[in-house]
Amino acid sequence: MALLTVKDMTLRFGGLTALNSVSFDVEKGEIYSIIGPNGAGKTTIFNCLSRFYNLDEGTIHINDRDITKISPSAVSNMGIARTFQNIELFKNMSVLDNILLGRHRKRSTNLLKEIFFTKAVKEQEMRSHLRAEEIIDFLELQQYRDQMIANLPYGAQKTVEIGRALAMEPEILLLDEPSSGMTMEETEDLSFWITDIKEAFGITIIIVEHNMGLVTSLSDRVLALSFGEPITIGKPEAVMEHPEVMKAYLGDEGAFA
Amino acid sequence: MVLVEFTQTVITGVSVGCIYALVALGLVILFKATEVFSFVHGEIMMLGAFIAFTCITFFHMSYILSFLAAVFITGLLGIGIERLTVRPLIGEPVFVIAILTIGLGYVFRAFVSMVPQWGTETWGFKTPFSDQYLRSGELVIAQDLVFIIVCTVLLILVLAAFFRFTKAGVALRATSQNQLAAVYMGIGVNKVFTLTWAITAALGGIAGVLVSPLTFVHMYMGLFVIKAFPAAVLGGFSSIPGAIVGGLIIGVAESLSGFYLPEGWKSVTPWIILILILLVRPQGLFGIQEKKKV
Repeated sequence: MALLTVKDMTLRFGGLTALNSVSFDVEKGEIYSIIGPNGAGKTTIFNCLSRFYNLDEGTIHINDRDITKISPSAVSNMGIARTFQNIELFKNMSVLDNILLGRHRKRSTNLLKEIFFTKAVKEQEMRSHLRAEEIIDFLELQQYRDQMIANLPYGAQKTVEIGRALAMEPEILLLDEPSSGMTMEETEDLSFWITDIKEAFGITIIIVEHNMGLVTSLSDRVLALSFGEPITIGKPEAVMEHPEVMKAYLGDEGAFA
Repeated sequence: MVLVEFTQTVITGVSVGCIYALVALGLVILFKATEVFSFVHGEIMMLGAFIAFTCITFFHMSYILSFLAAVFITGLLGIGIERLTVRPLIGEPVFVIAILTIGLGYVFRAFVSMVPQWGTETWGFKTPFSDQYLRSGELVIAQDLVFIIVCTVLLILVLAAFFRFTKAGVALRATSQNQLAAVYMGIGVNKVFTLTWAITAALGGIAGVLVSPLTFVHMYMGLFVIKAFPAAVLGGFSSIPGAIVGGLIIGVAESLSGFYLPEGWKSVTPWIILILILLVRPQGLFGIQEKKKV
C-alpha cells in the first residue's frame, strides 16, 4: 500500500486545464521527483496536495485516508509539511522562533495550563526546544540561530524553511525547488541533507526541481509532466532518456542533434 | 511652582496618552493580524463606556463588575462583527472592509441614540477614584489618572505575555507575519481572526470605560479615536511598542501644548508632530521598512 496515492488529479482554471488526470503514488521512504518545463504544473501539484486548490476531479489519499476535501490548516495534521518556491517564512522572527513554530501543531495545551505553566506545559516546551536545537545543528544553522530571517542570506533562508518543515515531524516532506537560488556549495549540502532526511528521519520526500543533476542523483523515481499531462514515471535515468521528455524540454526539432 | 505645573501637565498627558496607546494598540493588532483597518473602534469604545455607565447607574453594580461586564460584552461584540460582517468579505479589497466598518460605526451611534436611557445626552458615572487625589507636597494628581496609567501598564504586560508565551498568542503573531505559512503550520486562520477581533474589541471597551471620567459618556465619544490614528501611524502602524510610545507622545504633547500654548494649538499639535516625524522617518518610529530587492 502506497503512502500517498493521487488519482486522476484534475484542475482547471476557467478554460485552462492546469492538471489533466494526473495519477501517481509514492511509497514510504521514497525520494520522488516531479520534473517538467516551466508551466508544466509541478508546483500546482504541490498546491493541490496542500489543499491550496480544490480539485475539479480526482482524489488524494494518505495512508488510505481521503484528504481531498480537508482544510489547508488540517494538512499539517495529516503529516504533510512543505517548503515554498519563493520562501514563506515569518520574516520578523528569529531562526529559532521560525523552527519552533513548526512545533505549533504539537502544542496541545490550553490557556489555563499555560497561565500556570504546569509541568506538562514545561515538558512540552523543553521537548520542542530540544528538537529545534537538533534541527539547527543538523542543518548547520547555529551561526544564524538568533538572527531575524529578514537579515539572512537567501540560501540560509531556504534552509530555515526546510528546518521549519522538519520541526513538524512530517511523514511526507514536499520541497518546491529547494536548490533554486542556492550556490553550488549550498546545493551540495542540500543534496546530503535530503539523503539524511530520508535515511535518518525516515521521511518520505517529494521534490519539484529543475537541477537535473540533483534529481538524477537523489531520486528513487521521477514523474515527468508537460502542460499538465503526465508523460512518464520511472527510474531517473530512464525518464531522462524518454523521447517525450526530451521533446518536452528541447522542442520538436531535437535541437541537440 | 513652575516645576509642579509642568509635572502635573505631563502626568495628565501620560494618562491620556495611555488611552491613545490602548486604542492605537487595538487598531494595530487588528491591522497586523487581519489586515483590516477598523473605523468602528471608536464606537466599540463608546459602547464599552455606555455598558459600564448602565451597569453602574441602573443596575447599581460595583465599578469592577461593571468594568468586567463592559470588557466581556465588547469582546463578544467583536466576535459578532467578525463572524457576521467581516468574514463574508474575506478576500475582498481592504477598502471594502474599511468602508463596512465606517457603516457599522454609524449603526452603533444610531443605536445608542435610540436606546431610551442613553440617547443623545452626555452622561457620567462615579468611579471609586472620582474626586480622590494623590498629594505630594504641592503636587496634586487625580486618582482617576493614576488608575488609567496603572491599568494600561498591567494590560500591556498581560498582552506581551500572551503574545510571547501562549499558543494562541504565537498563532496570532505568526498569522500577522505570514498567513500562508501560518496555515501550513496548522494554524486555523479563521479562528485567529475571530480571536483578534475579540481581543481588540475588548481593548476598545476597556479604553472606553477608562476614558469616561475624562470625556464623559456620549454618542460621539468615539471621535476620540481620531487622535489615536496619529499615535498608531507615529509608531509605524505595524509595531506594538510603537503604538504605545506613539500614544504617549501624542498625549503628552497635547497636554503640554494645551497648557503652555495659546488656545487652538492643543488639537493641532498631534498632527504637527506626526507630520514632522513622518518627514524624517516615513516608516514611523518603530516601523519596519519593507524593502524589496531588485
